[in-house]
Amino acid sequence: MADAAHPPIPLTRPVATTMRLVWLRIRRNWLSSIALAIIAAMIVAALGADWIAPFEPDATDAEAALQAPSWHHWLGTDIYGRDLLSRIIHAGRVDLTVTFGATAIALAIGSAIGAIAGHYRGLVDLLVMRCVDSVMAFPAFILAMAITAALGNSVGNVLLAIAITQIPNYLRLIRGEIFRIREMEYADAARVVGNPAWRIMFIHLLPNCLPPIIVQATLAMGYALLTMSALSFIGLGIQPPQSEWGSMTAEGAQYIVTGEWWLFLFPGLAIVVMVLAFNLVGDGLRDFLDPRMRGVR
Amino acid sequence: MPPLCEVADLKTHFPLRGPAAWLRALKEGKPPVVRAVDGVSFTVDAGETVGLVGESGCGKSTVARTLVRLVAPTAGSIRFDGQEIATLGDGAFNAVRPDLQMVFQDPTASLNPRLSVRRMVGEPLKLHTRMSAAERRARTEAVLEEVGLGADLADRYAHELSGGQRQRVNIARALVTNPRLLVLDEPTSALDVSLRARVILLLEELRQRHGLSYLFISHDLATVRYLASRVAVMYLGVIVEQAPAGALFDRPAHPYTRALLAAVPVPDPDAPRDPFVLAGEIPSPIDIPTGCRLRARCPMARPVCAEPVPWREVAPGHFAACHLV
Amino acid sequence: MSAMPVIDVRDLTVRFASDRGEIEAVDAASFEVREGEILGLVGESGSGKTVTATAILRLVRKPGRQAGGEILFDGRDLARVPEDELQKIRGAKIAMISQTPRTSLNPLITVGEQVARLFQLHAGLSPAESRKRALEMLTLVGIPEPERRARQYAHQFSGGMCQRVMIAMALTTSPRLLIADEPTTGLDVSTAARILDLLRELGARTGASILLITHDLGVVATTCHRVAVMHAGQVVEVAPVRSLFRHPAHPYTRALVRSIPRIDREIVMEPVPGAVPSLLNAPAGCRYAGRCPWVEARCRREKPAMTPVAPDHFVACFAVEDGRAAPV
Repeated sequence: MADAAHPPIPLTRPVATTMRLVWLRIRRNWLSSIALAIIAAMIVAALGADWIAPFEPDATDAEAALQAPSWHHWLGTDIYGRDLLSRIIHAGRVDLTVTFGATAIALAIGSAIGAIAGHYRGLVDLLVMRCVDSVMAFPAFILAMAITAALGNSVGNVLLAIAITQIPNYLRLIRGEIFRIREMEYADAARVVGNPAWRIMFIHLLPNCLPPIIVQATLAMGYALLTMSALSFIGLGIQPPQSEWGSMTAEGAQYIVTGEWWLFLFPGLAIVVMVLAFNLVGDGLRDFLDPRMRGVR
Repeated sequence: MPPLCEVADLKTHFPLRGPAAWLRALKEGKPPVVRAVDGVSFTVDAGETVGLVGESGCGKSTVARTLVRLVAPTAGSIRFDGQEIATLGDGAFNAVRPDLQMVFQDPTASLNPRLSVRRMVGEPLKLHTRMSAAERRARTEAVLEEVGLGADLADRYAHELSGGQRQRVNIARALVTNPRLLVLDEPTSALDVSLRARVILLLEELRQRHGLSYLFISHDLATVRYLASRVAVMYLGVIVEQAPAGALFDRPAHPYTRALLAAVPVPDPDAPRDPFVLAGEIPSPIDIPTGCRLRARCPMARPVCAEPVPWREVAPGHFAACHLV
Repeated sequence: MSAMPVIDVRDLTVRFASDRGEIEAVDAASFEVREGEILGLVGESGSGKTVTATAILRLVRKPGRQAGGEILFDGRDLARVPEDELQKIRGAKIAMISQTPRTSLNPLITVGEQVARLFQLHAGLSPAESRKRALEMLTLVGIPEPERRARQYAHQFSGGMCQRVMIAMALTTSPRLLIADEPTTGLDVSTAARILDLLRELGARTGASILLITHDLGVVATTCHRVAVMHAGQVVEVAPVRSLFRHPAHPYTRALVRSIPRIDREIVMEPVPGAVPSLLNAPAGCRYAGRCPWVEARCRREKPAMTPVAPDHFVACFAVEDGRAAPV
């Protein structure tokens, strides 16, 4: 709105300045931009691990055991002589699969149930929300531990366990947003022109819930990664021979006393950097998806 | 000729919820309700603009929302184009919707921020007609043209439009199915002076060109005088006075109307002022006084005002609900 | 009425930086509020009237800044007064009420307590004494049953009552200038009328001058003594209220008067032509040029100065100066 404190900004803009505006926006959010680049680089590395990793992750080399970082082995080697960098890159596949997979599943299920609760309200909403409350009564991490302990710790089960602990967050968020947006005048306008219920939900309500959901999902990815690493660290997550940053950190922790610090530091650093990156991107998205910033695309 | 829309004794009540309401229900033996619209009758003829005025909380917006079935009526009848629509099921009501549209108050909030102008204006056609995509496109652009928006705006989003343009998009969306009756719920009150004038003129032009009927709901009495041929004044869920616009504004019969008119600031420092004011504030529509609903605030109130109020014709076509006229 | 100005705004310019360039929200605006008068500052949204008010209190936020001009209050330029002294002037000698009274009140403290705290803060009164003064204040602004109402919270008050409390709070320090920014927007007509009556009456009784910001010419006609008309950041006309409505001189004022429907008679309504121009990298000259029927090349090059057309009635328009404009 063109109120006096925010004078109207003209809407027609010359194309030549669009690039400049995009640049301005990136510069304003430079931290998030770097974080996004890190995540993108990690995805590329994980996808192309077979070509990018300098060594086979499982290739043992007895002569190169427990080497400190060097030009040959950038991040050093472990007791079997496996290249740590290659292992971290390959482990990234598991980490990112679970991170994105768990988030996607939680997002899909949470949104669907949240939308149903928001649409029907009344008794349906009451029942759904009490179920959610009971799930949330468990500390999320204990719940994830219980699920993997019960189901067994394959990648699929860890993914599922993390997804289950995250469903309530999306559900609550979507439900709240639907409750808010269904009272907006444009929802009323959609009813007055005769939209059936499904069109109101899918065309008019859900797309407008997206911005906070996207932000939540990005922030939750960091949390998913952290949960999985923690599970693996205590031995309830991904099991050897498959490797994962959390379990690698756990393995590496045994060598701290003997001075082989790189085995612990670098997998741990991978977790920290990625979690931080997800959080920074989430914060950046929050700014970027602010409707007032939508003039620039 | 029968009127296009005839509303008779319409009531829209909302039950109160929550612990406070349960306590009241226990104390009074019946669950408390908000009597937002409590027995309203009026007609709108084809090609006519009827103004419905009153202050916030009087129930005028609820009348609008009941007419277009955003809320279901509690009792009463709404005959539209010869058909009783108050009792229609939601599915059957959909068939009436192309003829009965509404324009909302807030031009920004009533547009979906994620849809282009073209999709929003074309949506009713998609829902109610069997037009092809090309026909819809042509009709959408023709309507946009008609409300004074170029076709180049069709691919914009709400946030890329000015306030005046947004309200034109709202009007275009309501017009695209060629409705008979438009319910206008304060369509100009969120607009600036100069935009307001243009939207008022646009509405009047469209009405004349298409023979539209308007139910114009507003608290802006000057705009109502400009647009409406007949005006009904609402107070606390009921209509207290109804008259041709000129008669109502020049010779108000009901004390509430008189106080309302006296409160409107006239843009003329030398205009005579009526010092008539009401005491206090509008009571809650949960605890409605018996008899005349205005009597606690009315400086002219007498004991008779506690009796049920008659609805009298004080001049031809000029009705008022007051013991004292 | 004495002609002594309480506040004298001279060539006030406020700019906002944006990604696309500078937005000049106020362009060399000049006006004064005189002792004991109500000056109406009218304009549409984006005309710069609220920015002008925030600039007077030096509350323009980044990316905005006062880029020029002076604001003389008691002979001192408020733009140059140190911040700690300004704190004493703000709220005490210049008070402000806003168009959102409910959000301006603290929801967790009783209304009476909020008013009383101001007496403690500004006048240094004891708690008991300030509570007594607070009740007097609430009575003064016409709140019925002040003793009971003082113990209530903001959410128990209607919009009109909240605005009365805001006025009471603004007047606790006997300010010399009260800035009322659209004080009746969002209120019902009858409530609005009584808030305006109250402002008028209190202005006369306390001797406070009032700068009333509004977009409603009806409010101006019924409430103000003099009027300054703003268009796109420029003050285009300043006149006594009667003179302005009888003989509007600036083409914008004339168009504005013709563009509003009247409740007291049938009129032919004509909208103001064109649209409010963009304030982004606004060109020199009169900003009404793009909408004006009497525009000529000079209007787009230079900004017309305020010239008198009647006693105390000033207008900034070349067409009026040269006699090209139609007589009023």
